[in-house]
Amino acid sequence: MIAPARAPRAPDRLLRFVRVDPRAHALTVAPRSALVAQFAPGDLLVVNDAATLPASLAGHTADGKAIELRLTGPIEADGTATGVVFGAGTWRARTEGRALAPSLGRGTRVVLAGGLEAHVIAVDPARARLVRIAFDGRGDALERAVYAAGRPVQYAHHASELDLWEVQTIYAGRPWAVEAPSAGFALDTAMLVALRARGVAVARLTHAAGLSSTGDRAIDAALPLPERFEVPAATVRAVSRARRCGGRVIAIGTSVARALEGNAALHGGRLVAACGITDHLLGPGARRRVVDGLWSGLHEPGASHFALWTSFASEPILRRALAVAEAAGMVGEEFGDGLLILPYAPVPAA
Amino acid sequence: MIGRGTNVWITGGGRGLGAGLARVWARRGARVAITARNATELEATAAGIRATGGFAVALPGDVAAKEAAHPLAARAQEALGGVQVLVLAASALGPEPLRLLGDTDCEDLERALAVNVVGPFRLTKAVTGAMAVSGGGLVVHVSSDAALTPYPTWGAYGASKAAFDQLARIWAAEVASLGVRFLSIDPGDMDTALHRTAVPDADRSQLQDPAEVAERFAALVDRACVHENGARLVLAAEAA
Repeated sequence: MIAPARAPRAPDRLLRFVRVDPRAHALTVAPRSALVAQFAPGDLLVVNDAATLPASLAGHTADGKAIELRLTGPIEADGTATGVVFGAGTWRARTEGRALAPSLGRGTRVVLAGGLEAHVIAVDPARARLVRIAFDGRGDALERAVYAAGRPVQYAHHASELDLWEVQTIYAGRPWAVEAPSAGFALDTAMLVALRARGVAVARLTHAAGLSSTGDRAIDAALPLPERFEVPAATVRAVSRARRCGGRVIAIGTSVARALEGNAALHGGRLVAACGITDHLLGPGARRRVVDGLWSGLHEPGASHFALWTSFASEPILRRALAVAEAAGMVGEEFGDGLLILPYAPVPAA
Repeated sequence: MIGRGTNVWITGGGRGLGAGLARVWARRGARVAITARNATELEATAAGIRATGGFAVALPGDVAAKEAAHPLAARAQEALGGVQVLVLAASALGPEPLRLLGDTDCEDLERALAVNVVGPFRLTKAVTGAMAVSGGGLVVHVSSDAALTPYPTWGAYGASKAAFDQLARIWAAEVASLGVRFLSIDPGDMDTALHRTAVPDADRSQLQDPAEVAERFAALVDRACVHENGARLVLAAEAA
């Protein structure tokens, strides 16, 4: 069991990573300073530039019952959003141990922090805590109210309350994620400059990374829920260029792998510039059409991240990688150390 | 060339030069987001642009507030669908009325640094990474001749603008390879609320109209690529 990192990485804490070569079955541990050298000129890193919303909204129902609403995705232009309802309490309690949420029927009004109001417009028939809501207001006025009312979604393994800036990557753009695309925390400006100098390309997409855990068995079994993504034309061109030159495409985070493979799955196996919703799941033996390698945080078997890893490397070598990480004293979860699954030799073009 | 297909975010966009730039670029087809503390004035400026067929959205907020930076940046990214150009035009004088440094409260210097240096730095930090992974972008610092010339009583403002110029140069030296460009532009004296506060008895007929300055400022930004990344440009000299 890898201990979770309990707080954002202090500047003096060395980030390390386990390097897995899925073909040679080789494992090595290296410091972050060795990360850029793992990539070759012509390789392409793809990042998820979604900024992280303060998606935890405390409040109460019109009849005074305390709730916490955690958005599962971005707020739509019409002021609607999907969320999971929790009962009284905060992130300090494990999600599995949270007080049961009051049952919110269609039409129930809720009052959230700062006076932000909303009402329930639909309840998932199989999962009563998963609701669709309509906020009063829309556009920037609503965004502003959510930023005033909300807190970053966080979990019991954290030591203290997170600030909004602690859950943003350095390249955060539109606020579509409700949990940080945290694999990107490893990248800083110096690394972007070093990658550029090495001839390693970086491209972006936006993927609305959702909740990783809710404590509700029925909802957790369905995670990740369908998520919105956008792959820009420039990124499709960058992938083609990498392919042509024998470069590898490396996803910075599982959300990037999901967006790229989900996009290709929606378009007959080809990556196209598009905005869409993906319910694509990567698991053992899943065929990958776009992504050759993956940079990720460290997560335990059983987490949805681990399931996605198994489409890049076999479960036994991944379990060995986690054992090596644990023995080396590495830490896991969003502020922890990393895992790089990347074949040593360039992959021949498909 | 800033026009159709360009997304621009302007601080100090409710009035003066910032509002003038918003109007010029929106007229050319750019999508414009403007930020200032005065929400009523800001919305009126945005509404005026929309009434003439332009795209403008008001994002009220205080650029000097630490907690405001990421929410503002995220709201600008969402409203525009990405920020390609950031123009930092919001400015504070420091002590009002202006005073000699020896008579300036430290808090007034801190206020000038917060509005003119630290706040803009936070916003720049919040958007340049996204620019870098999107193929590049442009950040424009609105400067002043007070950054170079030691005018008595302009100490807090002048020191902050000198720091602002130097930030642009160093950003440019650091991230040039990522395609992010920086410029500092001194627009010259304008007939603005800031100038009226600084020099209440100025002969306003001798001051430039910010709307007219905005036209020339926009033309200068269009030629940004011919200047060295991080360059400090003076609009008056360019006007000839």
